[in-house]
Amino acid sequence: MNTFNAKIPAGALHEKWDNYKADAKLVNPNNKRKFKIIVVGTGLAGASAAATLAELGYQVDAFTFHDSPRRAHSIAAQGGINAAKNYQGDGDSINRLFQDTIKGGDFRSREANVHRLAQVSVDIIDQMVAQGVPFAREYGGLLDNRSFGGAQVSRTFYARGQTGQQLLIGAYQQMARQVGLGGVRLFNRTELIDTVTIDGRCAGIVVRDLLTGEIQSHAAHAVVLATGGYGNVFFLSTNAMNCNVTAAWRAHRRGALFANPCYTQIHPTCIPQADETQSKLTLMSESLRNDGRVWVPKRADDNRPADQIPEGERDYYLERLYPSYGNLAPRDISSRAAKRLVDKGQGIGPLKNGVNLDFSAAIERLGRDVVEERYGNLFQMYERIAGEDPYKTPMRIYPATHYTMGGLWVDYELMTNIPGLYATGEANFSDHGANRLGASALMQGLADGYFVLPYTISNQLASLLGKTIPGTDHPAFKQAETEASARYNGYLNVKGKRSPDWFHRELGKIIWNECGMERTREGLQSALSDLPALYEEFKTDLRVTGTGDSTNQTLEKAGRVDDFFQLGMAMCQDALTREESCGAHFRSEYQTEEGEALRNDDKFCHVAAWEWTNDPMKPTRHAEELVFETAHLATRSYK
Amino acid sequence: MAGVLSQRGSRTSVKAILMATTSSTLDSKREPVTATAIGTRRKRPFLLDLYSTAVGKKYVMAISGIAMMGFVLFHMIGNLKMYMGETALNHYAEFLKELLYPLAPKGVVLWILRGGLITMLLLHLHAAWSLTRLNRFARAVKYQGPRDYQVAKFASRTMRWTGIIVLSYLIWHILDLTLGVVNTTGTNGEFVKGEVYQNVLNSLNRPVVAAFYVIANVLLGIHLFHGAWSIFQSLGWNNPRFNTWRRGFATAFATIVVVGNVSFPIAVIAGIVK
Amino acid sequence: MSHLKNLKLKVWRQKGPADSGRFENYTIDEISDEASFLEMLDVLNEQLISDNKEAVVFDHDCREGICGTCSLMINGVAHGPQKATTTCQLHMRTFKSGDTIVVEPWRATAFPIIKDLMVDRGAFDRIIESGGFITAVTGGAPDANLIPIPKPVADAAMDSAACIGCGACVAACPNGAANLFTAAKISHLNYLPQGQAERHKRTEAMVETMDEHFGSCTNHGECSAACPKEISVDVIALMNKDYRASKFKNRKELSR
Repeated sequence: MNTFNAKIPAGALHEKWDNYKADAKLVNPNNKRKFKIIVVGTGLAGASAAATLAELGYQVDAFTFHDSPRRAHSIAAQGGINAAKNYQGDGDSINRLFQDTIKGGDFRSREANVHRLAQVSVDIIDQMVAQGVPFAREYGGLLDNRSFGGAQVSRTFYARGQTGQQLLIGAYQQMARQVGLGGVRLFNRTELIDTVTIDGRCAGIVVRDLLTGEIQSHAAHAVVLATGGYGNVFFLSTNAMNCNVTAAWRAHRRGALFANPCYTQIHPTCIPQADETQSKLTLMSESLRNDGRVWVPKRADDNRPADQIPEGERDYYLERLYPSYGNLAPRDISSRAAKRLVDKGQGIGPLKNGVNLDFSAAIERLGRDVVEERYGNLFQMYERIAGEDPYKTPMRIYPATHYTMGGLWVDYELMTNIPGLYATGEANFSDHGANRLGASALMQGLADGYFVLPYTISNQLASLLGKTIPGTDHPAFKQAETEASARYNGYLNVKGKRSPDWFHRELGKIIWNECGMERTREGLQSALSDLPALYEEFKTDLRVTGTGDSTNQTLEKAGRVDDFFQLGMAMCQDALTREESCGAHFRSEYQTEEGEALRNDDKFCHVAAWEWTNDPMKPTRHAEELVFETAHLATRSYK
Repeated sequence: MAGVLSQRGSRTSVKAILMATTSSTLDSKREPVTATAIGTRRKRPFLLDLYSTAVGKKYVMAISGIAMMGFVLFHMIGNLKMYMGETALNHYAEFLKELLYPLAPKGVVLWILRGGLITMLLLHLHAAWSLTRLNRFARAVKYQGPRDYQVAKFASRTMRWTGIIVLSYLIWHILDLTLGVVNTTGTNGEFVKGEVYQNVLNSLNRPVVAAFYVIANVLLGIHLFHGAWSIFQSLGWNNPRFNTWRRGFATAFATIVVVGNVSFPIAVIAGIVK
Repeated sequence: MSHLKNLKLKVWRQKGPADSGRFENYTIDEISDEASFLEMLDVLNEQLISDNKEAVVFDHDCREGICGTCSLMINGVAHGPQKATTTCQLHMRTFKSGDTIVVEPWRATAFPIIKDLMVDRGAFDRIIESGGFITAVTGGAPDANLIPIPKPVADAAMDSAACIGCGACVAACPNGAANLFTAAKISHLNYLPQGQAERHKRTEAMVETMDEHFGSCTNHGECSAACPKEISVDVIALMNKDYRASKFKNRKELSR
């Protein structure tokens, strides 16, 4: 099986990417227009790839289920984007960014990919500034930086609290330019519902028009999935309502390996759930931890308002437990610390489900104006949602699912094990290991789309020059269309009693309780017995009203929840078989005496890549060994 | 539908799009969006080209508005001579005819100015008419529930109506005091060309006419209140240093013109001017 | 946390572009005041599904006020009564028990209704496609710190760039004009040194594309009042100025 050839180029770590580029096959500019590339998803990774590939001369068809590419959820990233520019002269370098990312990922990511990411990070900032992204600046006109969790240098570039928005709009504009020029054909409000493999190559995709329900096939020389992560499997997460796993999962069902599904990141600073009707959780940028201090009352059941609790009776637990990183400890570590205190009854707020993030010291030290300048829009947003003024009372925060490090298995070229099928951005698994550092998601999405994929894709395409590819009239396409249409008619015809949202909520509760911040063998086993039962109920008691031939959001949701069920089972199995704690994956059986994650490098220093077997409860586990030549496997310590 | 909106090409009017969108349904296959910026714009003479867009028309509205603002201001100031007596006012009227005399023959400059003002008025009207039409098409189906405007003022929302009433007042005013056709209707007086003072008294001594003059001038003030501010926006005169003055300028300008103009009928009715 | 009781909803239902549509009346018996407006619609939809009726179609996604997908005319105000707030961030604590709430889609010829409360805002994309970008081919960019940008300039560009493209400006404008959206994008790019090379071409193309779809500005200021990002009408003045400049400048350059 050639599945596990990650195709890592030869040479020293810092030379690998250059070596690769020097050896990769190119496609002559005149021949590029003979190749059609499908890009699914138009967030940072998708829009940047579509724009760049079209600039190079390929024919690009881009698909999004949104009304406009500018809606993709990359837009919600607040804090910033990392790059090893060392503009602050504080000792940053490509190597340090590489080391931080590897360590942040708890040594479960591929060295070569991570180093390449650190290398191209500097180009991203140049590119985005040239496109007109209004990054924050110093009075002298040069770019400003802030620091972020898991790093001891200031390397995060930001545009107020809207960095993701500004970067996405930058990439969207580049893509819009290509749409205007005819280089990209944009299919909006169109959802991928299957991929098609013919003779071992990815031949194209099957999509559903969300306005008319029409099912249609598209053939291409290469397909790029830039379809984001699967955090919505938890129902309550910081993801947008429409984020889903369907594209990646359908590719998985057609043979693509799904790697490390259990690596799901919990973000420490979100607004806690307020009531039962809540549909999503809102993240408050991690950058708030630069100036906010996290604390809970020392005494459980202390119901006094925050300002009446004297200093001596407060537990600034992050500063106490992790003196050198303090409030900037990495996400997984801060999240678990918060969970433990809330579980002990020291939580605050009406439902006792949060911890304080207190700005009173910062306001005293810097003045209200400076705090407002730095975080004004976040404070405003908090006030709108929680109905409290964070200038006066501390913010209430609690961890929530935020990002998924797992995803489609890809090699060094970002290609899945199916030739011709690529996965970029959050949809792949490659760069963040078991935990992602803050401000690295935007970096990876743009790196993949702008600076990696456009180089690696030609290496594959070159061999297809002059050959014809199967068209959409090929029986495999027809069969996929028939199956897809049967699937959607099926949801309409169950005619049970429960809405897709009801099932999604119940699914989310199981996953959050048993496969969330802290996992146990018993919990995962019980989840694995509850999930198939609930899934069975889904298949027999689902109710989708309306029809399939005009916009029907209930029907769309049903398809997505179906795939979330199957993914949920894979997640629990991955978490169960990974008998160690690493990064965001924390098994309570495997912890140090101080309660920190305990890795097992002898048995689990590998990527778990799962193969679909037609039974969601019985996937096959493969392992890609991780070799560390440069970074030293060490226990992660932020003390 | 997306297909319709993606159609590029020459400047399709909003109307054309409206026709296309209302007649298309989702039964027709949706096409991808592409090549939307490859235009086939029609070449036109420069000024017409500028005028063909809504922004260009707003320039015309603003520039013609400034010209007419100048006219109403100086017209009001000139008429203040009424308070200095019959001779002063009639001399002023004569003086207008003799502008630049003997460089130019009598009346010529006045007619040039009048010509300019008429052109400005016609441009103002045409631009207003075509923009109104455009705006109607831009929201062909109105909101079915009640609107709750947040900041739009009475003045800005009634520009069309104040404009139309002021225009009809203007026509009456010319018939009344320039041509004299309706100057003495309902009185025993007689319109005499050049006897401006007496003509004004004849006209404004009719209470209904005086009331019409007052109302029309208040509406003119409302029109000016929004127009004088709007000019700055339309012409792109925006600078944080004077932005706060813009509203004040519009208010002051409208007030001065209204107070001056309204004083005449009131003074006549009250018997201050006899 | 408290609850609102007996909310009466008048929701616009329309089967498709060709349907004429009508208001339907619904009642929400009880809803938490912590719920957002869209969560209230979720509750309504759950209710409809359990009654075997078709759920109300409405656009929504991030639910944190940044993606610009949600819309809705609530009681005659775009994005509802709270200032500087998108519908998804509007919380039920803004309303009282027993209130009647009228919910309508954005209405503009350029935003045709797709179904119920969902409209097609593709015309905004057409404006961006025509010139709302800086041409910077991937890979050719100089160092990011090569051109210093004064902080006030970067801040002004950011103020304009904050636009989320939701369409509230068009919905609120009595004329269905898109001047605030277009001007926000134009001024974002025109303020920056990187945007100067294409300044005139961009402005001309975008204004003229806007003109194909939307009404005209009569300076009411409703757009800015409805804007969830509080973008000022000052940007419209800048656009008007740059459009005039572009006509003269481009005429000179193109006649060469």
